[in-house]
Amino acid sequence: MARVKFLCDADRCIECNACVTACKNENEVPWGINRRRVVTINDGKPGERSISMACMHCTDAPCAAVCPVDCFYTTADAVVLHSKDLCIGCGYCFYACPFGAPQYPKVGNFGSRGKMDKCTYCAGGPEADLSPVEFQKYGSNRLAEGKLPLCAEMCSTKALLAGDGEIIAQIYKERVVKRGYGSGAWGWQTAYKETIAI
Amino acid sequence: MRLGAHFRFLIVGLALALTVAIAQPAAAQQINPTANAVKEQQLLDALRGNPSGEVQGRISIPDGTAATLIRPAGREWREFHQGTMLRVGAIAVLGMLALLAAFYLVRGRVKVEAGLSGRTMTRFNGFERFMHWMTATCFIVLALSGLNVTFGKAVLLPLLGPQAFTNVSLAAKWAHNYLAWPFMLGIAMMFLVWIKDNIPTGTDLKWLAAGGGLVGKGHPPARRFNAGQKVIFWSVVLGGAALSVSGVYLLFPAFAGGVLNLQFWNVIHGVVSMLMVAVILAHIYIGSIGMEGAFDAMGSGEVDLNWAKEHHSLWVADQMKKGQAGAPAMQPAE
Repeated sequence: MARVKFLCDADRCIECNACVTACKNENEVPWGINRRRVVTINDGKPGERSISMACMHCTDAPCAAVCPVDCFYTTADAVVLHSKDLCIGCGYCFYACPFGAPQYPKVGNFGSRGKMDKCTYCAGGPEADLSPVEFQKYGSNRLAEGKLPLCAEMCSTKALLAGDGEIIAQIYKERVVKRGYGSGAWGWQTAYKETIAI
Repeated sequence: MRLGAHFRFLIVGLALALTVAIAQPAAAQQINPTANAVKEQQLLDALRGNPSGEVQGRISIPDGTAATLIRPAGREWREFHQGTMLRVGAIAVLGMLALLAAFYLVRGRVKVEAGLSGRTMTRFNGFERFMHWMTATCFIVLALSGLNVTFGKAVLLPLLGPQAFTNVSLAAKWAHNYLAWPFMLGIAMMFLVWIKDNIPTGTDLKWLAAGGGLVGKGHPPARRFNAGQKVIFWSVVLGGAALSVSGVYLLFPAFAGGVLNLQFWNVIHGVVSMLMVAVILAHIYIGSIGMEGAFDAMGSGEVDLNWAKEHHSLWVADQMKKGQAGAPAMQPAE
């Protein structure tokens, strides 16, 4: 089995936010929930870079470690998923996540956050693959259809890469060697405790 | 006409040539924008010297907090929650239980040495008992639901199974969030009603020096509250205040000002609550099985006269003086 990862080649990202839109549409996420977002670092300065960020599906995921009801699980492809039936909406995963990935449908007080929602790597949830209930709770399950996450699939500059970590790392390495520069595999050190050596 | 057109053409051509001539050296000097691109490592390095511990960027969605790209502080909070918190909790709770068990085995139940007199005097009136038990019941539910967040995964989850454990935890979360309010009210009331009897005095030092009657022989004199009870009072008031402030921030995350503050308040809430549980365990012990006659103070509110004389001699003397001036403390049988 592959260890799937996300990689955003910041030297290619043009901050078009199409990945964000694609994610929202594909998974029919409600208003206010952003499973994916594009952040621009050093905005307006020379060398500014935009990075598309979502759940990185960490190795040894902090969200799973701190969850008081143990609602997270890691698939054979190393995708970090959770069960909305088990989630109690305590917000601990949000405290622990280094990427701000967990989202809550309600912004109310008194613990009324609702069930946590986050990027599923377009891999649905614990329900039966491609069932209506799975779609309703978690959105699309493109992995079960043999497809990769839509955000990366439709990225116009192919800045956002998804797939087997070793393959996308190889693609990125080749790019960096060919063009002579690269700002790094954003989030990899934090998520996977490794980076792409070139 | 044709000459004018030619001339105009020439002017435009000259202007174009001039533009190119000016632009060319500029192009040669143009900085390759990729050469000084911000790199991830730069960001992570900056982070170490960055007090806020966040890498800030700009984002086009209205949620400004989403502009934080990477927040490694979450890992430190995780270390706390999965390490320190478990250790502090286990040592505080199990350590106190072990200590109390050992104390019970060595010292046994603290008896009323003179025996029960059969005559009683009022120690806590109905209002005092109401606020004590309101706070106490809230505290027990808050403590159990709080301990569930830290230890439930290890203790209850294997027993109940995932769905039942979630149901219990969800109910516990709601109970925790709502019972926090009567608890805070109770803390505030107890503070106002009992502070006048809980100011530390010289008597407390003598009481402590004599071992409070818990270790050694004899009962050192005490007013309405002895030094041990004052320690409980101030632990509850100060601990309760810390739990209230941190808890309200956790309940209203929008006011906490960012997730780093939420992490901070969570640490305060966790550590203080574990220490409070330990203190209250000792309080429950000495107020029930640990001491003969003690429970009546908060049960019926009427304590045995001999108990009061042994444990709160100065208070009894005060009350007797008042009783002579006002209504007698003991009504003779008609």
